[in-house]
Amino acid sequence: MNQLKRHRARESGTTGLRGRLERAADRHDLIRIMPAKGARMEIVIVGAGVIGLATAWRAAAGGAAVTLVDPEPASGASAVAAGMLTPVSELTYGEEPLLRLGLASRERYGAFVAELEDLTGLGTGYRTDGIIEVAFDADDLGHLDDLRRFQESLGIPVEALTGRECRRAEPMLAPGVRGGLLAPEDGSIDPRRLTPALLAAGERTGVRLVRRRAAGLLVERDAAVGVRLDDGTELRADRVLLAAGPWSGDLDGLPSGTVPPVRPVKGQVIRLRARTPFIARSTRGIVKGSSVYLVPRADGEVVVGATQEELGFDTRVTAGGLWELLRDARELLPGITELEFAEVSAGLRPGSPDNAPVMGPTALPGLYVGTGHFRNGVLLTPVSADILAATLLDAPVPDVAAPFAPDRFSPEVTS
Amino acid sequence: MDDDRLVIAGEELGSRLIMGTGGAPSMSVLRAALAASGTALTTVAMRRVDPSARGSVLDVLSECGIRVLPNTAGCFTAGEAVLTAKLAREALGTSWVKLEVIADERTLLPDPIELVEAAEQLVADGFVVLPYTNDDPVLARRLEQIGCAAVMPLGSPIGSGLGIRNPHNIELIVERAGVPVILDAGLGTASDAALAMELGCDAVLLATAVTRARHPERMAAAMRHAVEAGRLARLAGRIPKRRYAQASSPFEGLATS
Repeated sequence: MNQLKRHRARESGTTGLRGRLERAADRHDLIRIMPAKGARMEIVIVGAGVIGLATAWRAAAGGAAVTLVDPEPASGASAVAAGMLTPVSELTYGEEPLLRLGLASRERYGAFVAELEDLTGLGTGYRTDGIIEVAFDADDLGHLDDLRRFQESLGIPVEALTGRECRRAEPMLAPGVRGGLLAPEDGSIDPRRLTPALLAAGERTGVRLVRRRAAGLLVERDAAVGVRLDDGTELRADRVLLAAGPWSGDLDGLPSGTVPPVRPVKGQVIRLRARTPFIARSTRGIVKGSSVYLVPRADGEVVVGATQEELGFDTRVTAGGLWELLRDARELLPGITELEFAEVSAGLRPGSPDNAPVMGPTALPGLYVGTGHFRNGVLLTPVSADILAATLLDAPVPDVAAPFAPDRFSPEVTS
Repeated sequence: MDDDRLVIAGEELGSRLIMGTGGAPSMSVLRAALAASGTALTTVAMRRVDPSARGSVLDVLSECGIRVLPNTAGCFTAGEAVLTAKLAREALGTSWVKLEVIADERTLLPDPIELVEAAEQLVADGFVVLPYTNDDPVLARRLEQIGCAAVMPLGSPIGSGLGIRNPHNIELIVERAGVPVILDAGLGTASDAALAMELGCDAVLLATAVTRARHPERMAAAMRHAVEAGRLARLAGRIPKRRYAQASSPFEGLATS
């Protein structure tokens, strides 16, 4: 509470906002709300998952006064995600711009992690030892060959492996594995170590964390001017960024249609523990048409994921979900049944209509969104933080962001 | 041609192409594909959606003005299928159901015994039952006798893209059927859909062929045209096959004209 009181006291000094808004309106170009000359840009970010946390850090490092609002930081999809960094093996026809965004993010990851670990002294479990993707039967191999041809047509280096080569790389793979692909530049990170590091980085950079739920959006003269917390406290800001995953559209007072529809897509994930190294690198498999992946950590944890279920805001763990994951994982790596069971959890990925993130200004001046990262939130964290921080600070935004503007879902486009 | 209409359980449908939604890479792609297909009826797996969730496939259908046909995909027993159908009726307010009772995960072939059992119970409970069945003329007739509103024989296993493996059986089913015959499952490309209609099916139901195509919207348009073309060809009547050529313009009188 002390933190909130201090915050209120500070906010009471910003009464000039209305005047600024009016002056801006008088100029007939009220597209962006600018802070008064010389003042620090005040930003409220709703949602402290990987995207909100990383953006808060980057925006604060860029000179803004950032307040991050979340009752329980890093408790949603960020706490469940396996953390595979693989723009390549998730490639889907028609989603080439998303591939470019993923590649741009993967390129940034090394420097991003180095800076983060330097600043905080905390590790993140970042590794770049490649990802192997294998096919269980002949149909699965057909699917993988199709994927490889598509990747090659886009100029992505992939290495085709025979079944025996797959097993030389990962000896625990089932003898019947037909073949596979190696994405040598892909890797993984441990989201449960990444988020504490991002929190610490934010703290060191001056990000204020408010552990409350944002209940409403403050709108004055057709512009967003802050948020109201669930205890009634008002946090005023020059700009508000919604980065609350599938809850991003849930604020009271949000004009309808301002935030593109983002739905929750449930994923169940199992965590196992190996006493001796089980697999050397992240291993994905297509098993009789369904997908499964296993991500190893240095401490012996093996993450098995993930279901993809369209069941609204439901985070129940189900017998069927676990069974499907373990069934496919066991087909691929029979020895998995010897591992210790550690944990099972379910998270909600934010899915936009085209499965791609939604990043940038909305039609409501002062309001920005950064959500819709779906299966790729952890991968896309560095590039999203750069894009969103640049947008919020009026700095040049990387070109790769262009296809992901929120206005692509405006009614004129979709109807 | 305008009086050639598809009527199921007394209700007219504006298209002979019934779509499924499984396998779509995204809601945007699904929306575009459904629009391109011209479909008026689309199936949704009730076990895989929450009717109250925003932004779901059900929202996409309602925004496109497409009628929802709930299905019982993922059920292995008559008991599960009946329960799923009842939950769907409650949630969506429709008594129509595509009845699917699957025998095993590897082939996804229908279990005929459980299917008949479930169909009997659902018909007795007032459902309009559209059963997904094997391409077995006897089973199709039994399902009709039970009171199913249509029969939906497979062309080949779900998602296989193998097309119509036993066209002769489909013809036999069509010949005897007193309810609409909807070719369901296994279609891979447009010519498969056209063949189904040429064999005399009243409609085609497909999903994977469109949703997993490289360009789902284009394939949906192709399927729409194929279904229309196949239907027209069926109504027009194909010529008998001959062993030798027959000139299309007469030779008689050529020398003197």
